[in-house]
Amino acid sequence: MKTETRSEQFIPHSLLGNLLRKLHIDIPLLICLLLVLSLSFLILYSASGQDTDILIRQATRMLIAFVLMIVLAHINPYQFKRYSTVLYGIGVTLLVAVLIMGQIGKGAQRWLDLGFFRFQPSEMLKITAPMMIAWYLSENTLPPKWKQMGIAGLLLLLPTLLIAKQPDLGTSILVFSSGAAVIFFAGLSWRFIFSIGAIIASLTPIIWHFMRDYQRARVLTFLDPEADPLGRGYHIIQSKIAIGSGGIYGKGWQGSTQAPLDFLPESSTDFIFAVFAEEFGLSGCLVLIALYIVIISRCLYISIQAQDSYSRLLAGSLSFTFFVYVFVNIGMVIGILPVVGVPLPLISYGGTSMVTLLAGFGILMSIHTHKKFLPT
Amino acid sequence: MPRTYTIKNPAEENRIFTGRAIVAMIFILLLSIGLIVRLVYLQIVGHEHYATLAKNNHIKISPLPPTRGIIFDRKGRVLADNVPTYSLELIPEQIKNLDDTLARLQELLDIPEDKIEQYQKLRKREKRFTSTPLLLRMTEEEIAKFAAVRPYFPGVDIHARLVRHYPYDILTSHVIGYVGRINENELKTLPVSEYRGTHHVGKVGIELAYETELHGKAGYAEIETNAQSRAISTLKTVDPTAGSNLHLTLDIDLQKIAYDALDIYNGAVVAIEIKTGGVLVFTSRPGFDPNPFVYGIDSKSYKELQTSDAQPMFNRALRGQYPPGSTIKPFMALAGLEYQVTHPGQKTYCPGYFQLPNVKHKYRDWKRGGHGTVDLNLAIVQSCDVYFYSLALSLGIDNIHRFFTQFGFGEKSGIDLVGELPGLQPSKQWKRKARNQSWYPGETVITGIGQGYTQVTPLQLARATATLANKGKVVHPHLVGSFTDNGVLKPAEAKPETTLALNPRNIDAVVSAMINVVHSARGTARVISRGIDYQIAGKTGTAQVFTVKQEKRYNENEIAFKLRDHALFMAFAPAHDPQIAVAVIAENGGHGGTVAAPIAGKIIRQYLQEPSDEDRNAQ
Repeated sequence: MKTETRSEQFIPHSLLGNLLRKLHIDIPLLICLLLVLSLSFLILYSASGQDTDILIRQATRMLIAFVLMIVLAHINPYQFKRYSTVLYGIGVTLLVAVLIMGQIGKGAQRWLDLGFFRFQPSEMLKITAPMMIAWYLSENTLPPKWKQMGIAGLLLLLPTLLIAKQPDLGTSILVFSSGAAVIFFAGLSWRFIFSIGAIIASLTPIIWHFMRDYQRARVLTFLDPEADPLGRGYHIIQSKIAIGSGGIYGKGWQGSTQAPLDFLPESSTDFIFAVFAEEFGLSGCLVLIALYIVIISRCLYISIQAQDSYSRLLAGSLSFTFFVYVFVNIGMVIGILPVVGVPLPLISYGGTSMVTLLAGFGILMSIHTHKKFLPT
Repeated sequence: MPRTYTIKNPAEENRIFTGRAIVAMIFILLLSIGLIVRLVYLQIVGHEHYATLAKNNHIKISPLPPTRGIIFDRKGRVLADNVPTYSLELIPEQIKNLDDTLARLQELLDIPEDKIEQYQKLRKREKRFTSTPLLLRMTEEEIAKFAAVRPYFPGVDIHARLVRHYPYDILTSHVIGYVGRINENELKTLPVSEYRGTHHVGKVGIELAYETELHGKAGYAEIETNAQSRAISTLKTVDPTAGSNLHLTLDIDLQKIAYDALDIYNGAVVAIEIKTGGVLVFTSRPGFDPNPFVYGIDSKSYKELQTSDAQPMFNRALRGQYPPGSTIKPFMALAGLEYQVTHPGQKTYCPGYFQLPNVKHKYRDWKRGGHGTVDLNLAIVQSCDVYFYSLALSLGIDNIHRFFTQFGFGEKSGIDLVGELPGLQPSKQWKRKARNQSWYPGETVITGIGQGYTQVTPLQLARATATLANKGKVVHPHLVGSFTDNGVLKPAEAKPETTLALNPRNIDAVVSAMINVVHSARGTARVISRGIDYQIAGKTGTAQVFTVKQEKRYNENEIAFKLRDHALFMAFAPAHDPQIAVAVIAENGGHGGTVAAPIAGKIIRQYLQEPSDEDRNAQ
């Protein structure tokens, strides 16, 4: 049993401080999130061609996401742990349902139409998959034994493959990395990590050798989209021009020429970073990346401060996945990663990822602000 | 071995986690530095280059559409090619007020509203700087009218484009099909980059079935342009690869003979080269002119085609399912011999009707007084119904089903066209599944003469006839004989060979009866035996069911015609060295012998008159 005593955290006894404490909100995290979200409004207005409708719609989604974040922040992390298996089970069942319905209906395989709104079960797994794995691993002693790593791996691969089959490569990568992060944070042995790396490195040329020409061509265009300038490559060529022409200081807000002339596709969603870089230049990009790193550092700090293994693993995974989001999106827009559909977190237009992201931050805040009430 | 238990050690777990979190943070910082390095490279090192591209409105990727493959018949005559036509095209980027321009053009050239709507849809999926056609195939008058006022229409110009043309229009409409403008549904499934700059796609027929091969591979040009979007120079060109040319096994001469011979009748003719399975004739009458579909057929003409009683858009050869009538009797006889429920010499007495034991109902023969005593030969020659009622009953429906399925009845033939229907070869299991009813013996009786549930397509009948002529070696009908691949002519892929286990003596017995159908004094198709120096083996048929759409109204005169039986005929020739198999269906033609058989006779005559391919190659 835990009998550790922890020095009371210093919280200012001001009126606002008391209120925020009651609301279970982490102030540094909140401030950073609000800063990024205001940048999102700024750039969305410009990228959408001064479309206020889009701003209003985005604001509505943001509000919903914020409410959800605060609600989750109020729930004791013990409850998350308790319901991890149930939520994971529901998520995987819904994924199977979407897959079956998609096969019957031919076409839309990602959405579950609930009448009043459409729901993407794969989004849910971004949170419930790490919850499940964190629960499973924290039930045993850490670092995990081979058997536990194997089972955790299966728990992770099931939703990853179901989502990849939809096909939604972007989400499946995010779900995979969120679960893999849990296993890594739990203390996956370095020897294992390096041997997996070595095996993949040595298998790649062998698989390549056995692939047919057309399969190789497909992999090559995936890795190097610029080889297909009429299709995928077009995005990359245009987004590189947008980013490069931004220079150090950028063309100024609403100064983008690539987005309004329709040269840059998806300029409000997946490729919004290109517009940002064009208008605010390298200096703007550095500010944005710095903000992201501050958010991630704060989240990792929260994870380290957490008091039990489950909370630590879950918080660590959510923090790391947020970075994967940032890295995969910016990496694809600047042309160093293949094009997969991952939005720029907190900035891209769209409600689904906004809700999931803020829900994640809600859980982090809950972990950070419930420590005193941990059942001991 | 004693099991070891480990106790959870919170301090240790915390230590591990903190270590891992630090490693993760270092990893995150390293990757972020990677992103920043790339941004520095793009925004500082490459800034001047990219800024120039952006300022000058930079590089445009202009698609170079491939030329669609040409379709030839077996003698190299062009069935589908690309002809240059003049089209009026707009570049939206260069037009200040698009709606105004469209309105002025509409007034000037009298463009119908649906063309404008079509253009708006087309424009939305293209890039703003792409030239998109508003009018295809401009008339001389339209060209002259526009040329006079061209300076007032910046961004609008006349272009020469290659557009699909079908020189044999009505003859090939149900084989070649046609291409049409790409619609929204097709957009979702077509590979986007391959179809930039292409406005047409195969809709039916060979054009649809071989879309990938005919289309080819798109190329592109990287064009540097100035601020007015005028091209300054071409930086790089990747040439498109033209689509494959297809060489069909079809013979357009025979096709024309078949189409003309059907004359006043709606119907279908299919002829197959037995040795290869190559389809020589694939006719469905009436056809229609596919050319208007390429430019976008106007809604009035389309409606006329859709609502016409003759259903010209209906591919009877591929999708028409008819009761086969007596044309299946040779197969039924062969089934009887193979299952050993009869032998060629076995006699049956035909009093003009047939009765099931203890049932009053009389199944009538087409000949009132009956045929008297008939054996297998006479039963086929005179098409005696009673013989086959009795034979079918001894075989049983499931044996019939098993035997006929081997010949491809009730199954798609696998021809290289889209939308084939399978017909129907009934069985007990089928009836249980489809209708949830059990099978009655009376239904077996009428199956014996190709009535009841049985339905065949003209293609199936021709295929089964070819397989019979081929002594059980299954014939796989196909239309494309060879195609060019990177300029090299290659034969189409052959299907694996299968041969049915049939006794040659049984086949001979049936074939000799089929020869007598044409060549004996009392044969039902004796009219076509005159003036030929080879033998034809065939079988006539008349089918009592007619297919009319329920929503149609008819006047009195028409009803009389519509109620007449369908005339059918199947044949192959020469009987002892089979080269060609033919199936003919003339809707409401009355008797197979008088209407359908002469059509087959003409095709066989023309085909056998000509030197065969091998002879020609030898010359």
